[in-house]
Amino acid sequence: MTVRIVDRRFDSKNKSSVNRSRFIRRFKGQIRKAVSDAIARRGIRDIESGEKIGIPGKDIDEPQFTHGHGGVRETVNPGNDRFSTGDLVERPESGAGAKGGGSASPEGESLDDFVFTLTRDEFLDIFFDELALPNLVKRQLARIDEYKRIRAGYTASGVPTNINLRRTMRGAAGRRIAVGGPHAAQLRTLEAELRELRKTRAEDDPEIVRLRREIARLHARVEAIPFIDTFDLRYNNRIRVPQPSSQAVMFCLLDVSGSMDEGRKSIAKRFFMLLYLFLNRNYEHIEVVFIRHHTVAMEVDEDDFFTSRESGGTVVSSALELMRRIVAERYPSSQWNIYGAQASDGDNWNDDSPRCRELLESSILPCCQYFAYIEITEAEPQNLWLEYERLQATHPGHFAMQRIAVAADIYPVFRDLFKRRMPEAV
Amino acid sequence: MSAKKTASPLSTEGPGHAAGATLRERPAAARARGAPLPAGSEWSVEAIAAYDEAIGRVAADYGLDCYRHEIEIISAEQMMDAYASIGMPVYYNHWSFGKHFLATENRYKRGQMGLAYEIVINSDPCIAYLMDENTLPMQALVIAHAAYGHNSFFKGNHLFKQWTSADAIIDYLVFARHYIAECEERHGVEAVERILDACHALLNVGVDRYKRSPHLSLEKETLRQKEREAYLQAQVNDLWRTLPPHLERAAEHAEQRFPPEPEENLLYFIEKNAPLLEPWQREVVRIARKIGQYFYPQRQTQVMNEGWACFWHYTLLNALYDEGALSDGFMLEFLQSHTNVVYQPPYNSPWYSGINPYALGFAMWRDLRRICEAPDDEDRAWFPDIAGSDWRETFDFAMRNFKDESFVAQYLSPRLMREFRLFTVLDDDTRSTLEIEAIHDESGYHALRRQLSEQYDLGSREPNLQVWNVDLRGDRSLTLRHFPHRRRPLGQSHLAVLEHLACLWGFTVRIEEQMSDGTGQLIAERKCEKRRRANE
Repeated sequence: MTVRIVDRRFDSKNKSSVNRSRFIRRFKGQIRKAVSDAIARRGIRDIESGEKIGIPGKDIDEPQFTHGHGGVRETVNPGNDRFSTGDLVERPESGAGAKGGGSASPEGESLDDFVFTLTRDEFLDIFFDELALPNLVKRQLARIDEYKRIRAGYTASGVPTNINLRRTMRGAAGRRIAVGGPHAAQLRTLEAELRELRKTRAEDDPEIVRLRREIARLHARVEAIPFIDTFDLRYNNRIRVPQPSSQAVMFCLLDVSGSMDEGRKSIAKRFFMLLYLFLNRNYEHIEVVFIRHHTVAMEVDEDDFFTSRESGGTVVSSALELMRRIVAERYPSSQWNIYGAQASDGDNWNDDSPRCRELLESSILPCCQYFAYIEITEAEPQNLWLEYERLQATHPGHFAMQRIAVAADIYPVFRDLFKRRMPEAV
Repeated sequence: MSAKKTASPLSTEGPGHAAGATLRERPAAARARGAPLPAGSEWSVEAIAAYDEAIGRVAADYGLDCYRHEIEIISAEQMMDAYASIGMPVYYNHWSFGKHFLATENRYKRGQMGLAYEIVINSDPCIAYLMDENTLPMQALVIAHAAYGHNSFFKGNHLFKQWTSADAIIDYLVFARHYIAECEERHGVEAVERILDACHALLNVGVDRYKRSPHLSLEKETLRQKEREAYLQAQVNDLWRTLPPHLERAAEHAEQRFPPEPEENLLYFIEKNAPLLEPWQREVVRIARKIGQYFYPQRQTQVMNEGWACFWHYTLLNALYDEGALSDGFMLEFLQSHTNVVYQPPYNSPWYSGINPYALGFAMWRDLRRICEAPDDEDRAWFPDIAGSDWRETFDFAMRNFKDESFVAQYLSPRLMREFRLFTVLDDDTRSTLEIEAIHDESGYHALRRQLSEQYDLGSREPNLQVWNVDLRGDRSLTLRHFPHRRRPLGQSHLAVLEHLACLWGFTVRIEEQMSDGTGQLIAERKCEKRRRANE
């Protein structure tokens, strides 16, 4: 009797997915906090991957009745190398064993934490949740790129409808020549010989009969080579490539003057991330330019962008001026889709604000797809906001602005942007 | 002291025979028998079938009595799935399984642990999982270990025979899964989860330790389930309904406790007596309890069971090697895995985490065989009735009639204690130092053996809690009594567990601790008043 062997490898893989999502739902509070820490650590561009999350182990304990410390305990251990009966030994530190918990591992997460990895979808889900995005937008952002099927040469296997006749016939001809070639050459020499012999000898001469027989045999062999063989079949090959669109550049403008504290920067970061995510869905290639400013503007890399903090006054136009110059030098608007995102707390030198509006109106907005401005403050709007409001009236759909206090206020800034793209996407 | 001269556990003499073992010379006569089995490290279905057949033939020669078995090949991810649900192929959904899955996945991906080579399910037919990433020698090892070793233990050991119904467990799990899914649909995932959380917290005080549980059967369960619902509810209501008229007589009955005898199975008591549970909630409690009970024998026979399986994979594959069916390369790979499994780190090693049940079990079974086949004077003095007996018969008897606790008490030999260099440490919190009570010498053997045996007694490993009283005539509170074992207090988590208990019971719950004079002292209380309006 042979044993029954069942191959289950191709059965449904995610038996645990229900349990997994229940776990995430149940500890959403803790996980959300962990995600929020993770966002602070991440670069704007790598929003798209999963994330390793640690949540406090004690929160998710499954309690049982157990013995506590104390009382009399007796244990049997192996490997005695020094003890005799009646020896008295100092009690090791921290109760029973030397292996106490709580020490930090090299990665900086406490060993007591329960650590696991969120998938990309789970991570984005929680990220979107915080931003209060409408479902339609969530779907659009979270979906995998659409693909286009393009032709890519030929393959030897496929469905009959994809057979490429020319290639197939060419292959067949080649094969017939290659396989039949030696016979054909031999045939030609034999026929020449036969012609020679017939000049001198009679038709029933044994040599002539032998030649004729040989020639007939070769003919049969050549004819036995199939005209077309499955081996010759060639099919059109199509592969899937991500739907290409074009390239975009995203300018992140951040006010780093003394009044922008960590909380505000964190909101600004989410704002930039969301725009990046949106662009990533719609453009094949994206570059990001980071410009930070107080009284003067500088182009920096992402690390400096979020970490440094300077004091002093604010001249917003310096950043806009730098952006205009970079666009002119490196990103001609004929080749690039240009997006701008500006975050500030609204403080600006009074006489600089009109200049900001002018810069935007005359040189930036005309070459920009979209420019969004958020003002992270709870104070009364100041002159920069008032100047920008005038712009909004003249450039609807091009220019968005919003005053926000918490992360959930960010989405309205992009509402127009997403609305505009929606019909294409769905 | 004499002990120092004895071999360490991993010497060639010791329990981990394989560790120092070189490949033995094959007996020339055996060489002819048995064609070589497929070699190489890539497995194929045909190769696995060939190995299974060969191993089965050798196992039959040794007289191993097994359930029929089935082999299922799964991927690493599926192995983690199975892990998360305690190895069961079908299980109801619960977040804690998701948690275990994530933990396993994370540790696996970090390389902190390899996955188990095998999961085997105590069912008839017995199902053994093979992971597709394993090499052919590993698959053969797993087949010998799980499909023949564990399988025969499941079939023979009295605890498994008595407590689990191998022919019905899968059906019961299917029933449980459907029932719980149905409850989730009717009452919401959260409501069901609340009950399951509470049941899981009480699982280790939800088993019958002494009574035998009746056979499970799918038909019976489904047929009777509706009936039981109605009946149970009527019972419970009756208990409480008769109360008010008797209130005036309460005083004279005040001394009578309910239940009259303490009840050890907390979940059973709740299922039958909790006043406010809905019928479906009772059924959920019953399901969790039944499945918990099913795992109870496994926890009681870990050393024996794992040791038994290791002994047989070692013996069966060596027998095949002697026949000439296995290559030297195969044996080297097999021996390496085997040695890793049965390694026992000493107490002061950074890898030490208690006695390795595989190491101890394997060593004990091998030692038992040695006592039967080649006893010395010491063995004759200690084991007069088995020294020199037929080892197959002795094995059969030992496998069928013992659990870890009694197995150690019966068969742990002085020689093995020396080889493991065992010693006991007494930790008394009233004294400032630890004391070494006994070591592996003449005066210590008995104490060591008794102590190790006690260590495997689940009764002393887990706190002893009993349902002590329900205040039927008063506030309906439930009182548990903790009987401390050698003055050991309850762990901190009892407060959280009490919370869960209160959720099931619906009224105040308390834990008392039994004092030396027999009175109880209150150690924890959780107030709760969940009366429904109709009752007020």
